[in-house]
Amino acid sequence: MTLALELAYWQQLAIKVLAILVIVPTATAIIVQTFLFKMMAHMQSRLGPMEAGPHGTLQLMADGAKFVQKELLAPARADRRVFTLAPVVVLLSTFLLFVVIPAGPGIVAENLDLGIFFALAVSSISVLGVLMAGWASANKYALMGGLRAAGQLIAYELPLVLAVVGVVIQAGDLSLQGIVRAQAEGEIFGFGLIGLPFVLTQFLGFALFLIATQAELTQPPFDMPVAESELVAGFQVEYSGLQFLYFYLGEFGAAFAFSALAATMFLGGWWVPGLDLEGGLLANVVGPVVLFAKTMAVAFVIFWIRFTYPRLREDQLQSFAWKYLIPLSLVNILVTGAFKVIF
Amino acid sequence: MSEFLRAYLTVAVFAGAAGLLVLALSTVGRLLRPSRPTREKAISYESGVDPVGPGFGQSQVRYYIFALLFVLFDVEAVYIFPWALRLEEYGGFGLVEMAIFIVILALGLVYAWRKGVLRWV
Repeated sequence: MTLALELAYWQQLAIKVLAILVIVPTATAIIVQTFLFKMMAHMQSRLGPMEAGPHGTLQLMADGAKFVQKELLAPARADRRVFTLAPVVVLLSTFLLFVVIPAGPGIVAENLDLGIFFALAVSSISVLGVLMAGWASANKYALMGGLRAAGQLIAYELPLVLAVVGVVIQAGDLSLQGIVRAQAEGEIFGFGLIGLPFVLTQFLGFALFLIATQAELTQPPFDMPVAESELVAGFQVEYSGLQFLYFYLGEFGAAFAFSALAATMFLGGWWVPGLDLEGGLLANVVGPVVLFAKTMAVAFVIFWIRFTYPRLREDQLQSFAWKYLIPLSLVNILVTGAFKVIF
Repeated sequence: MSEFLRAYLTVAVFAGAAGLLVLALSTVGRLLRPSRPTREKAISYESGVDPVGPGFGQSQVRYYIFALLFVLFDVEAVYIFPWALRLEEYGGFGLVEMAIFIVILALGLVYAWRKGVLRWV
């Protein structure tokens, strides 16, 4: 930490925990309010929520208050313990994602050496929660949804992981601060003013990462696991009230975290020209704002695709990952490696 | 405590924070929400029709071979990461090594493809 005053480890930890407890729900609320409520509505020539607050901005407050008051129901045959635990597992995976994302030279919960590898690892914990929910609900729709989700997350985990390898090769570092630094210190043919955002060289990796993210978040066009029109809501079908809210928090919190990861790896993260990489008040104040702007830009693209494309069929979905994305990402790795060695 | 362990202590505490949030919200919820269970509410949802069978049904897992392929490629990814990290030191030698490794794996994928494994069964 590069704060002016030195705090003991437990004091820092307390601040971090308080921060994360505020950041995850707020980030989720911003994502849902901006994109899911308003942007989707306007893209479909609707107004969206308009009653709660000016232009419907307080809609989520109303929704939250509603969720808390709803009765919790579980099917009689459900496996109660697993049924209650499943949403918590999904939420846990989302919380852990936020550990490694840096928002400034000193603003990061923990700059783990494993960085991006850790993020990819914890993001796949949510599959367990989804499978648990699907099985424990004792419901056919839920079971099919859970199985589809597992198959899909397995298929798209690979392009996601392999797309990141290109960035790791270029940066020579797994920690996200290291990746930000590598981009800030990079040069475009000797022109170093704006650094080298990896999206310029890893455009294929960026596209692969975004597509795989879309599938990992089970968003349209990859929303077979929760397809409303055939599986009602897949693995979420038996969940009500707060337990449903946890799934919701987990899903859209992860959408924010993945957008932030993409912004950090491909768009330069919190750094813009003029900020000091080593620390300082300016970088620590402006950094989070910059990261937030880039994150929202990526999230905009993700949700834009979500509202635009129709759902893929299950077999198309599987073969798209195995026949196109995985070979492409292997080629991307080799080409990036060759460029790294030759230049 | 070493720096390394301390970093992962933070991770554990963050997991605890998720649990804390759930616990707090659930406690508030318990105070606010009604609880009037009826037999009808506990019936599994099947689009409003009375459910058929016990609920824990059987389903054909159509992509179990994909799962085997996944294990293969995921282990591959674990090998690629350390290589990607140190590529600058390995230079051309490392590049050729990894190219051979990836080509062999890609051959495996092509074999599975030709065998019709990647088809919907």
